[in-house]
Amino acid sequence: MLFRYLLLKYSKKSLNILTSTTLVLLPIALFSSALYSETSFGEANVQEFKLDNGLKLIVQEDHRSPVVVSQVWYRAGALDEVNGKSGVAHVLEHMMFKGTKQVPAGQFSRQIAAAGGKENAFTGQDYTCYFQQLEKSKLPLAFKLEADRMQNLQITKEEYDKEIKVVMEERRWRTDDKPQAQVNEEFQAIAYKAHPYQRPVIGWMNDLENMTYLDAQEWYKTWYAPNNATIVVVGDVDAQAVLKLAKENFGSIKAHVLPARKPQTEPTQNGERRVVVKAPAKSPYILIGFHAPTIYDAPKTPEQAWEPYALEVLAGVLSGNDAARLNQHLVREQQIAVDVSAGYDSSNRGRESLFELDGTPSEGKTVAQLEGALLAQVDIVKASGATVNELNRIKASVIASEVYKRDSMFGQAMELGTLETTGYSWKLSRDYIANIKAVTSEQVQAVAKKYLVKDNMTVATLDPQTIDPNAKPQGKPHMH
Amino acid sequence: MRMKKNMKHVAILLISFFSLSANAALKIQQWQTAAGSEVYFVENHDLPIIDISANFAAGSARDTLEKSGVAGITKYMMTLGAAGMSDEVISNKLADIGAILGGDFDADRASFKLRTLSSSAEQTQALNVFNDVLQKPDFVNAVLVREKARIISGLQESATQPESISNKAFMKALYGNHPYALDERGEPATVATINREDLQAFYNTHYTSRGAVIALIGDMTVAQAHEISDRISNGLPHTPIMDKLHEVSLPIVPVTKNIAHPASQSHILLGYPGIKRGDPDLFPLYVGNYILGGGGFVSRLTEEVREKRGLVYSVYSYFMPMSDLGPFQIGLQTKREQSDEALKLVRETLNQFIAGGVTEKELLAAKQNIIGGFPMRIDSNSKILDYLSVIGFYKLPLNYLDTYNAQIEKVTTAQIKEAFARRIKPENFVTVVVAGGESAEKPASK
Repeated sequence: MLFRYLLLKYSKKSLNILTSTTLVLLPIALFSSALYSETSFGEANVQEFKLDNGLKLIVQEDHRSPVVVSQVWYRAGALDEVNGKSGVAHVLEHMMFKGTKQVPAGQFSRQIAAAGGKENAFTGQDYTCYFQQLEKSKLPLAFKLEADRMQNLQITKEEYDKEIKVVMEERRWRTDDKPQAQVNEEFQAIAYKAHPYQRPVIGWMNDLENMTYLDAQEWYKTWYAPNNATIVVVGDVDAQAVLKLAKENFGSIKAHVLPARKPQTEPTQNGERRVVVKAPAKSPYILIGFHAPTIYDAPKTPEQAWEPYALEVLAGVLSGNDAARLNQHLVREQQIAVDVSAGYDSSNRGRESLFELDGTPSEGKTVAQLEGALLAQVDIVKASGATVNELNRIKASVIASEVYKRDSMFGQAMELGTLETTGYSWKLSRDYIANIKAVTSEQVQAVAKKYLVKDNMTVATLDPQTIDPNAKPQGKPHMH
Repeated sequence: MRMKKNMKHVAILLISFFSLSANAALKIQQWQTAAGSEVYFVENHDLPIIDISANFAAGSARDTLEKSGVAGITKYMMTLGAAGMSDEVISNKLADIGAILGGDFDADRASFKLRTLSSSAEQTQALNVFNDVLQKPDFVNAVLVREKARIISGLQESATQPESISNKAFMKALYGNHPYALDERGEPATVATINREDLQAFYNTHYTSRGAVIALIGDMTVAQAHEISDRISNGLPHTPIMDKLHEVSLPIVPVTKNIAHPASQSHILLGYPGIKRGDPDLFPLYVGNYILGGGGFVSRLTEEVREKRGLVYSVYSYFMPMSDLGPFQIGLQTKREQSDEALKLVRETLNQFIAGGVTEKELLAAKQNIIGGFPMRIDSNSKILDYLSVIGFYKLPLNYLDTYNAQIEKVTTAQIKEAFARRIKPENFVTVVVAGGESAEKPASK
């Protein structure tokens, strides 16, 4: 996800948060009454509404602190972009702070700040989200401002021409000067041939250079509509009062027809793909991915119902904690790597996922040796599945993290908004623990055998280049 | 006219502050264990969770130049072998019950944090592991050899990346011979020489019961909190607490470091030694910095450098209050061709800020944000735990949070101008530019 700006109080920590990439278990689960029967707190109170213009509203009352999180999610992300206009979803996100007739450029942030609020926005493959964190009585201000820019945004050439330079600086900082980010960009670009996940959310530099304010305007007109948005509110609020407030502010905004969205299903991969990236660095790096399904909207076979959960458990078996197989065997015992991990996202809007393995070889070891060692661990799962202890450990972790999540209103709002915007219902989370608990060793073995195979594999490696202090940046010069 | 309007706002703010503080007041209980540890506790049964942190004056400022890295590696190795348990056993015992062992490490402080479900079986197992890690580290030699290789690999990688290069050069130039200049992770050459005796000795003198600050929040009674903190405290070494560090000295000449790198963006850092925890100038400087470069989109630096000219994605300034004068730092990244232009603009903005101070309107907006945002500072157990740790570790008054908004409210434009002029000297700044523009590619100059 790309944030509109960095909140840097203490640079190292903030950067760590932003650069962490792989989640072992996708935190989609929220609550399960059955499991909580032994605990002392009540089930989370989630209520869902739909306005006449198609706007969805999800409210979770949480009365622990006198605060509120308000998020507006648009079902418009890099997934919806076309060739030549990559990055436009994110550029528009930046432009959303550049003013309306009533709230001129810069005033959105100033009004929220004056209310004691924090605000930001982020863009991902699947969505664009705008949020505020406020003392609870300030929610009407957030709704008023969001409703205004949902319908009245002014995108001028003057503001655009400044902001696109900011976005290009963001790309340099995020990708061009970060070797592992470059590897990841190349990896996505060859793992997907047809599906839009092949394009970086930040956009290719050439597309940013040739984009105009008219492209941003077109994007806004196409996708910013109440029938393409979900509002999520978590906090010390009354759900009915929030509904009333939403109707007052957003109820009069007209819905419009959204373009048809086509599935763009990725063709089956028939043979491994490889790419090498050269960049200034000391350590090499390897990223391996296998195409894998996401949670199905309507499973047609029993396999489709359990496979995504088995893949999540597989990721947990390989790298769910520090003593999980990859770290234990490759870092601690064989010492072939200094870092390794596995990751898989079971839900997204594009309905295409990758099961990923990555790592940095130890001094004196090669990426080829590390690749062999990673795949050898996969082979062991294929041969003998997971142990009872491993399965129990993953379940314990999922159950505990359900409870821990309740300590963060923002995190809970993120989950509700993500699930709803990616086209599942937030209710999917109700059965999450049960689905993880039901996974067997044989099922873990089965998904490893079915998906983690060479013909379905993409490998990207970093070939580190010694730094010549006098060298100029590589590649063609950017024109401005 | 303007003055009157502002006064009205101030009056409204004061009223809302008092009502807020009545709602949000935290009941912090504080005591000392028999073995001399300070304990800070907030009882809260909303969620079946327990959060604990144990804090020690065992940060990288306790390292020496020759053995830079001992403090960080001691803390890290404590989690990788204790009471005969291997790293694998420790990880699995925690994972089996969904407990999370974490912590923080900086120049001042090493902290260990535990989050666990409060249910009996989970709590018992989590606390057993936590106590063993704190009290009975084994510092297994084979593990140390392995981890040193990983750390050195990470350090060598960092030495090629512009952001890390700039941070390291900045701290070194800012603090010279003071241990705040040391890299928290050590140096490849010093890490290579560290042995298990170094770690054991560091542990014995720095992880003491009398130096420990224990913070607890969550689903436990005060009796349980006493029991938990007594057990942690009793099992720590009962050695005397350490001497204070020598004081940070202020730069008397400007220092500029230009470091060549092929990156497309210049990484620019500039700054000066800033403030201590509990510093009498903390509130004027904090509120002033919000206006200069701390307040995200509404700061002067963001307005001038990003919003008006599109030169950067990120530009910021901050004070990092520490035991001694932590850094006041301004940072930005911009494509190298415009590096000189951006740096010049930042300097102009800073100089104008220090010479001219802030307006009443800016001050009012800053106070509205900081005071109005107070409830978000303490809206979760994990945030409160961090405040308890900081209040305890830095010996801040127990009513620090209760009086926070009143302290902000008292700040005046005159105080901000006076405090910045007295404390922050741009003429003696440290400036670091990695991958600079044309002028920076000449040999490094002072």
